[in-house]
Amino acid sequence: MKNRHRARWLPALLLACAGAAGAATADPMAERVRACAGCHGEEGRSAAESYAPSIAGKPEGYLLQQLTGFRDGRRSHAVMQQMLAWLSDDYLRDMARYYGTREPAQVPRPPQAAPAVLARGRRLVEQGDAARKLPACAACHGQSLLGLQPAIPGLLNLRAEYLQAQLGAWRSGTRHALAPDCMADIAGRLSGEEIAAITAWIASRELPRDHRPAVRRGQPLPIDCGGVP
Amino acid sequence: MKTALKLLVLLLVPALAGLLWLAWPDLREAPVEQSRAAPADAAQIERGAYLARAGNCVACHTQAGQAPYAGGRPIGTPFGEVFSTNLTPDPETGLGSWTPGEFWRAMHHGRSRDGRLLYPAFPYTSYTRVSRQDSDAIFAYLQSLAPVQAPRREPALRFPYNTQFALRAWRALYFRPGEYRQDTQRTPEWNRGAYLVEGLGHCNACHTARNALGGIELDRNYGGGPIPSLGWEAPPLAPAGPMSDAQAAEMAELLQAGTSRHGVATGPMAEVVLHSLQHLQTTDLAAMVSYIRSLPPVAGAPAPRRPRVSEARRQELMRQGETVYREHCADCHGDRGEGRDYVYPALAGNRILTGASAGNAIRSVLMGGYGPSTATHPQPHGMPSFAQRLTPEEIAAVLTYARGSWGNQATAVSPVEVERR
Repeated sequence: MKNRHRARWLPALLLACAGAAGAATADPMAERVRACAGCHGEEGRSAAESYAPSIAGKPEGYLLQQLTGFRDGRRSHAVMQQMLAWLSDDYLRDMARYYGTREPAQVPRPPQAAPAVLARGRRLVEQGDAARKLPACAACHGQSLLGLQPAIPGLLNLRAEYLQAQLGAWRSGTRHALAPDCMADIAGRLSGEEIAAITAWIASRELPRDHRPAVRRGQPLPIDCGGVP
Repeated sequence: MKTALKLLVLLLVPALAGLLWLAWPDLREAPVEQSRAAPADAAQIERGAYLARAGNCVACHTQAGQAPYAGGRPIGTPFGEVFSTNLTPDPETGLGSWTPGEFWRAMHHGRSRDGRLLYPAFPYTSYTRVSRQDSDAIFAYLQSLAPVQAPRREPALRFPYNTQFALRAWRALYFRPGEYRQDTQRTPEWNRGAYLVEGLGHCNACHTARNALGGIELDRNYGGGPIPSLGWEAPPLAPAGPMSDAQAAEMAELLQAGTSRHGVATGPMAEVVLHSLQHLQTTDLAAMVSYIRSLPPVAGAPAPRRPRVSEARRQELMRQGETVYREHCADCHGDRGEGRDYVYPALAGNRILTGASAGNAIRSVLMGGYGPSTATHPQPHGMPSFAQRLTPEEIAAVLTYARGSWGNQATAVSPVEVERR
């Protein structure tokens, strides 16, 4: 009787031990960045209804530049500034590495623009506008817009409103990248309609199955960017 | 004729007395001594670096992302903005052509090299107690920095606060040059703590309420008060009752690490820990705590006017708040507000949460935040922002619940207060 009792408890005990061991070996960063999950989602995969961008799987160097950017005032967002104000470079680097190595997941977002607008956006994204020396988005962010390691961000899996707000912020001088700020230059030369078209097209693209950003191997950029070493 | 003369005298005497009153501090000021600095040695520079840390000079005199000590950071005041100045030894825009005597005059008398009165955003009301020897060491350290060219930015203050006359009147009311006098009845540790807290630490610049003219209300010294330009409230430093050794040890821990067993430094205090306190010697921190725990209890800032919440409404908020708490807060702060040691602050017995004003608590829930990265606690945990996830009603409810549970007995929070932030 006693033995049977013990036997019944054994699997539960083993499971409990396994659970404890699992918790002990879990990435401590997961707990440390729990504060971020409220807006950016579990492991940086933000929910469809969230304005905050998905950050899972973005190039680490890019993420670090954004984190230090919020802290040091190159980017402005009241919550992000208060969150990061007192954190060290080392800690932010670990955070960037954590999110850079998470798996992204496509958030379904049906295109919300007319076909003509999408076509105009696609043309600018893929070819730019040679007459105005406007480089194509794809020239830096990659043919599939997945970005390049370590510092060029992917543009997919983001809401059109978010993308639009970023280009708008560059145009109005509230978002800055490291000098020379190529995106400020480009955004400043785009019309509001062009920005709407570009962002509508990008937001309508889905993450391909292999969504890892390629590593940049010194390919020259069509424009000087301080954030891209 | 006689009446006219009488009238003249009646007007003239107060006018002269007023002028004398305004000029009195200047008449008593010794002329600045102009000798150049004796070449500083490495030990003096190192001591100066330490003292500059204790004064947290770098925090205000650095613009985020720019060269340290080069100034330019906007400092908000209820009267407009002033900009911190360049302390690097650039000869044109910094302190390159200053003498130690001129630097000491700025620290001690609040007067610039050219004789202009300085705005008291520079806390010379406290720095005036810094000894000449310490002032010289700080100066030697600043002179050892790489010069950075960063021109002074004109303050953007409203009339009449932007005039030297207003400053003169302010100083006559609220500033007396002074020096720290040892209290021989007390231990050397206590005296060291008092010197740091009252001098370089300039703790009462935030932890004491200011009146409508920005004067520090010394009869409420260390009673805590709002920091209007930052949107935070400094909690009282003066203990409400006797502080136990364990509480004193935890305070020292918080000052050094930014995170203690039950608490975390947030808002402007996180900045003070980051740039200043974490770099101080344990003995100096212990000395400061020793002085702080001896402070006499004082009445805090006058209770802020807050929307009234009826008892029936309070009970409704408590019920609703418990649900919100279980869903959003209990995972980290615990079912009974006990927190997690050194990870998430305890809410039971939390003085910031249960203060007379709920301002800091509302702001923390809305905006979230991390404690400072320090040498002893480099990777603190954080609080998420709930601004987009909870309604003002829910935030008021959960704060009412946390302020009124587990032994906490603070007043309810109205949704109107949350909406105002």
